[in-house]
Amino acid sequence: MNDKIKIQNIDLFYGEFQALKNVNMDIKENEITAFIGPSGCGKSTLLKSLNRMNDLIEGVKIKGKILLDKVDIYKDMDPTVLRRRVGMVFQKPNPFPMSIYENVAYGPKTHGIKQKSKLDEIVEKSLRSAAMWDEVKDRLKKSALGLSGGQQQRLCIARAFSVNPEVILLDEPTSALDPISTMKIEDLLIEIKKNYTIVIVTHNMQQATRISDKTAFFLHGEIIEFDETEKLFSIPKNKKTEDYITGRFG
Amino acid sequence: MDRNISNLRQRKIKSAIFKSLVWLCGMLTVGILVYILLFILLRGIPKINMEFLFGQYNTTTLSAFSSIVATVQMIVLSLLVSVPIGVFCAIYLAEYATRGNKVVKIIRLAVDTLAGIPSIVYGLFGLIFFVKILGFRASILSGICTISIMILPVIISSSEEAIKSVPDMYREGSLGLGATRLRTVFRIVLPTAMPGILSGVILAIGRIVGETAALIFTSGTNVLKNPTLDLHASQRTLAIHMYMLASEGLPHSKDMAFATGAILILVVFLVNYATTKAAGRLGRLNNE
Ligand SMILES: Nc1ncnc2c1ncn2[C@@H]1O[C@H](COP(=O)(O)OP(=O)(O)O)[C@@H](O)[C@H]1O
Ligand SMILES: [Mg+2]
Repeated sequence: MNDKIKIQNIDLFYGEFQALKNVNMDIKENEITAFIGPSGCGKSTLLKSLNRMNDLIEGVKIKGKILLDKVDIYKDMDPTVLRRRVGMVFQKPNPFPMSIYENVAYGPKTHGIKQKSKLDEIVEKSLRSAAMWDEVKDRLKKSALGLSGGQQQRLCIARAFSVNPEVILLDEPTSALDPISTMKIEDLLIEIKKNYTIVIVTHNMQQATRISDKTAFFLHGEIIEFDETEKLFSIPKNKKTEDYITGRFG
Repeated sequence: MDRNISNLRQRKIKSAIFKSLVWLCGMLTVGILVYILLFILLRGIPKINMEFLFGQYNTTTLSAFSSIVATVQMIVLSLLVSVPIGVFCAIYLAEYATRGNKVVKIIRLAVDTLAGIPSIVYGLFGLIFFVKILGFRASILSGICTISIMILPVIISSSEEAIKSVPDMYREGSLGLGATRLRTVFRIVLPTAMPGILSGVILAIGRIVGETAALIFTSGTNVLKNPTLDLHASQRTLAIHMYMLASEGLPHSKDMAFATGAILILVVFLVNYATTKAAGRLGRLNNE
């Protein structure tokens, strides 16, 4: 399969503090890639640098290259274009304080779609892809803030679909959710990976083994090991990886 | 064991005393408010008649009609000037300015200083600058200009607070979909901040309606027979009408001052209601 994203020699600094150290990784199309590791090791930082959400933080410096379909996203791509192609779902569900319909229609409207029938179509398709059309089709005009946490998170996934991205980044998308909502979202990710490239940060190793094809183990801003999920969890090459996945990490 | 129980009882008593204290303070506040409202409304409303509301001004009617119109003009036009300037300034301060920026420090200093100046000083400034230097004379226009500057700090600081209290996750959500900064501010941040901005506007309306010192020197104490829309005319607002009547020697002028007060209260209620309605539509916050 194709390399959708190539990360080459990335160093990232928050002011003086180096959060990523010489990170290299190829992310394949139509696969789910998981980032695991103790908190503070740089998983979110790397994820956010894939759609340049780091640009918003004052004092961030990045060295190295990230290529999306062979194009340097920091040199040769406008961030708004990049973020349309590389969507993001955040740790805490963050639907806008608007109706369910408006939440999903916001993205396409941003990119110039005005026709009501076209918007209706996108809203329905996105909500169907997020497996929640039947749940909400009778209350599209109601506020999204009235949904449960799990529904809000799936709405955010639907919102990410709405601009027809190629890559979807998810930062611990189920950490605030109950087991049933978590399962729904995991099933959904497996279902949609045939059409998307998915990168997910997870605090939960079982989740990584359940859904991902590849897993990267991070420690102190470095990638210690990056391999097929099955291999990484059954026969880790690195002692630190082994310690972490067996819970002997200290 | 024993000590624990007596301790518990002591704490319960303390908490009961505290609760009743809080309750008392609350009731006192509400009580004073109700007393003032009733005092003015009960004395004022019976004196209100059609002549007073919509008639010509003369020494028998003491009509408030021209003052009512001037007050509404003053509110609407000075808000039209200050709200856009204030909100844009707040957007700049909260969304675009980087930390430690010199311009920001200067704007903040200006805002804080303006907020602390007594309104009589605004009046003197308006008298010198708008009335004399710019040659607007004593007129509604001079009054509007002066009032606009006076309420600007209120609008800026409440809008800035409101914009800052919009959670970052909404901005991230919007930017993450490929929206520009500008679109994020206008489509997501401002609608979400609308209730807070509105409370600043309502505060500002309160200041405009109640203002006398800044207006006596600028729009003047003159009262016209009939209301006018001409901004170059000198015409008193309701608050000044009330002030003038209260100090006038006519036998019924005290009563009519209370009638004016009652109208003032009603105008405030009406304008606040209209503002809330209008912004509800602007903010399209359907949180039901
Ligand atoms: N905005 C920021 N400013 C300064 N340091 C930060 C910022 N965000 C994260 N960091 C630091 O960078 C490191 C990696 O953070 P992060 O990527 O959020 O870790 P993870 O997602 O793996 O828990 C942590 O040590 C964190 O304290
Ligand atoms: Mg994180």
